[in-house]
Amino acid sequence: MIIAERKPMAEISRAVAPYKKVLVAGCGTCVAVCWAGGEKEVGILAAQLRLARSAEENEIVTLEATVERQCEKEMVMELRDKVSEVEAVLSLACGAGVQTMADVFEDKPVFPAVNTTFIGMPESEGVWVEMCGACGDCYLDRTGGICPVVRCAKGLLNGPCGGTRKGGKCEIDAGKDCAWVLIYRRLEKQGRLDLMRQYNAPKNFRAVKRPGRVQAVRA
Amino acid sequence: MNGAIVAFCCQHSAYPAADLAGKLGLHYPEALRIIRIPCAGRVDVIHILRAFEKGASAVLVLGCEDGACHHITGNTRAKERVKHCEMLLKEIGIDDRPAVMFSLSPNAPHKFVQVANEIEMVTRELREAR
Repeated sequence: MIIAERKPMAEISRAVAPYKKVLVAGCGTCVAVCWAGGEKEVGILAAQLRLARSAEENEIVTLEATVERQCEKEMVMELRDKVSEVEAVLSLACGAGVQTMADVFEDKPVFPAVNTTFIGMPESEGVWVEMCGACGDCYLDRTGGICPVVRCAKGLLNGPCGGTRKGGKCEIDAGKDCAWVLIYRRLEKQGRLDLMRQYNAPKNFRAVKRPGRVQAVRA
Repeated sequence: MNGAIVAFCCQHSAYPAADLAGKLGLHYPEALRIIRIPCAGRVDVIHILRAFEKGASAVLVLGCEDGACHHITGNTRAKERVKHCEMLLKEIGIDDRPAVMFSLSPNAPHKFVQVANEIEMVTRELREAR
């Protein structure tokens, strides 16, 4: 899923400073799961904005709404009535959601309230780790399902480097596992260690032409 | 609710303690508004923020002693949430309205009164310093 983190409050306050009525719009999918932009976070951010502005004696009215996916125009359209009532929108969705919102409601300024950081998975409660770089040229078949492009600090396609610490930790960050040690152990379990001897040719980092576009056929 | 001290009281500990304080005729601040809750873990960040929005001068979350929560981890979760709430308030420059979590047992009416008096004193000092 897409992981995001809320922007510092000072940055959010600055963005909506000229407005008296804003819509705080959440997204009920990825950012809700990573506690950055779901219904609950919408409520908290709106309350913070109201409290901060009332302390400055410059009241702000906030409307709150969360759609299932802010990256789909049809779902964003559900907010039409609420958006028409406000001067600006504060979106807690990922970058795709913010842009969809801005596309649908072209006449209203839409401000992001979160920073979209990476594609990842939960490691433990409240901790998410990067798993995929969306490079468009997947290597996971050769690396036992562990991506060295994002999980190795150096992004090595032929590892490990000479700096792996004792206990299989990374030389750059002793708190992180060396991706290539993980790959070795995984391949060992699967009896596919021969893959460690195979040379991986330099990767095509231009597999996806930016901006990416995929045309799929529904099966 | 201007100037009120909102006390979210767990029905297994702080609420019976407050009740006992009343039966014993102990005095606690007039500004205290007691809200009975099934467990301190029921209190969410948004409840605390809403209380401040409505004009509360302080919010108390009163739950069971460590290890005595009837819902096992409700009090520890509440502690974390109150801590998070402090950070959220600090982020918007509000440092004169405290949100505090205390643990007490149901047979501690004097401690309940002491906590209420202390928080009342703190809010008064903060108000005067403004």
